[in-house]
Amino acid sequence: MNGNYRILLPVLSLAVLMAAVFYLQPRAMSYFGLNLLFNLAVPIALATIAQMMIIMVNDIDLSVGTFVSFVACVTATFLNDAPLIGAAILAASILAYAGLGALIHMRQLPAIVVTLGMSFVWAGLAVLILPSPGGAAPAWIRTLMTVKPPLVPMAIVASVGIAALTHLLIMRSSTGTLLRGVGGNTRAVLRAGWSVTRLKAGAYALAGFFGVLSGMSLVGLTTSADANIALRYTLLSIAGVILGGGEFTGGRISPVGAVIGALTLALAGSFLSFMRLSPDWQIGAQGAILILVLAVRLVFSRRSARVEG
Amino acid sequence: MTDTVISTLSQTHRRPWFWAFVASTAAFGATLLLTEGRGGGELLSAALTFAAFSAIVGIGQMFVITLGPGNVDLSIPATMTLAGTLSLKFMGGDAALILPGLGVALAVGLGAGTANYLLIRFLRIPPIIATLSASFLYQSLAIWSNRGLRIKPPSILADFTTGATLGVPNVAIVGLLIAVIAWIILERSIYGRWLSAVGQNARAARLSGVPVQLMFAATFIGSAVLASLTGYLLASFSGGAALNMGTEYLLISIAVVVIGGCSIAGGYSNVPGIWGGALLMFLIVSMLNSYGLGAGVRLIMTGTIIIAIVAAAAGKESSA
Repeated sequence: MNGNYRILLPVLSLAVLMAAVFYLQPRAMSYFGLNLLFNLAVPIALATIAQMMIIMVNDIDLSVGTFVSFVACVTATFLNDAPLIGAAILAASILAYAGLGALIHMRQLPAIVVTLGMSFVWAGLAVLILPSPGGAAPAWIRTLMTVKPPLVPMAIVASVGIAALTHLLIMRSSTGTLLRGVGGNTRAVLRAGWSVTRLKAGAYALAGFFGVLSGMSLVGLTTSADANIALRYTLLSIAGVILGGGEFTGGRISPVGAVIGALTLALAGSFLSFMRLSPDWQIGAQGAILILVLAVRLVFSRRSARVEG
Repeated sequence: MTDTVISTLSQTHRRPWFWAFVASTAAFGATLLLTEGRGGGELLSAALTFAAFSAIVGIGQMFVITLGPGNVDLSIPATMTLAGTLSLKFMGGDAALILPGLGVALAVGLGAGTANYLLIRFLRIPPIIATLSASFLYQSLAIWSNRGLRIKPPSILADFTTGATLGVPNVAIVGLLIAVIAWIILERSIYGRWLSAVGQNARAARLSGVPVQLMFAATFIGSAVLASLTGYLLASFSGGAALNMGTEYLLISIAVVVIGGCSIAGGYSNVPGIWGGALLMFLIVSMLNSYGLGAGVRLIMTGTIIIAIVAAAAGKESSA
């Protein structure tokens, strides 16, 4: 499937979902309405990008949710009370991610298990830092997240920014090409004289970096944190990457698609509470939407196979 | 392909199996050291009971993981919850309905497993995403049918799940029986041979005449049925179904498979390791508990120990 084609489906599914929302509730077609719909999109988009960095090198990160929760706890406590210590903790956690990447490659460990173990570690640290929900968002993050730019809401501006930045970084830079190469053909990258350990550490560090941003932006929106605040992000981020046209193997990913996938998921969540669907069925409907989009993707890829073949 | 490299590296899979039991014994000993030998029997029977729940879902997960890279059943918690909720609601505390209730639970598993497989087969969704999205639907069904009510299991069933025969907890006997059956299926039946073949190289397996699609269907259904059985037993054991009763079993089911020494890249499995991993997961937590550590430290230690075991096991593999 060629690269430009890959982005078509995520865009379409987002458009269809938005059309459905506007049809049901025309008043959503306003600055305020959009702001409400995409309220939590930014942290989800950042977590999805973090997950994408790991999927890019053929691994999977089951600790994204607990890591984002941990970062949220640090942000709402240390970063607010003692910014220097807070920043140092967050920097150390990014280093920890890089270390994990190196460890996973050097000892050929299954990433799914190591990140599973790390999810316990991050959850434990989060509980230690913030045993009961609370804390406060640093004022500057709060201001940044609630700023009201003209014409389009902050969430959309930020998402476009994230998509553009990661696209440049992953799809256009030489480092990004190398990183995708690790997912595509590790041996080729190794034979070309690159240190795969370093590249994997780099990919994991990037994941840690975007995870940190996700946790910080989440606290900016919610103003306080708790140790379980983002647990569902693990599954949401995997779903976002796949919705965005990414694949589990081969370094085939799309940063723009991943951001759009995350927006689709965020919209699906807002859409359902918007529709006043009974809360019993909200999770289920989210699952159904996911299945529906993937079913449409199948129709697309079959058609493209016919065209190409 | 990197998968084959990993599979070759993990051919000496008997070692981690051994280490899971060594570590379990160490954790058991460390706990008894603290209590100066008292309560060993109680600890052992609690460990056997809780490990049985983890082992039954773990065996289902092991079959799925053995199918090859990317195959994981993420719908286990939701299937457990749905089966527990529906079967207890159906029985309504009536002892005469215990067996039909079990039937309801297993039917839930059959349905969930079939749905999972159909999504994977006909929508060609990667298993992780398919079971994940489907689990949202199962969870919703459970929430809808549960309505916050906590229906008690029939007292005979509750007594059976909390009781013991000849000192061995009944639930553990069920878990051991299932492990023996799983071992026979894996090691002595054509299904087991085919399963390993598919996991090691699905294409080669298909070309040599293995009914690959049938294997996928049977395996995903088997995993869901085992999850529903666990849901039924766990709900009866804990005096009623709760909507979050399956949550922790998602991580546990994957963790016991890996700690037990099966290859996460598929193709290699072993049943005793599942019990070793399940016992270890419980004994670590109870050891850390008895040393009076808080929830935070306990979680950190659990995570660190999982990573350490996997790293140590992998070290053995690459030196071999």
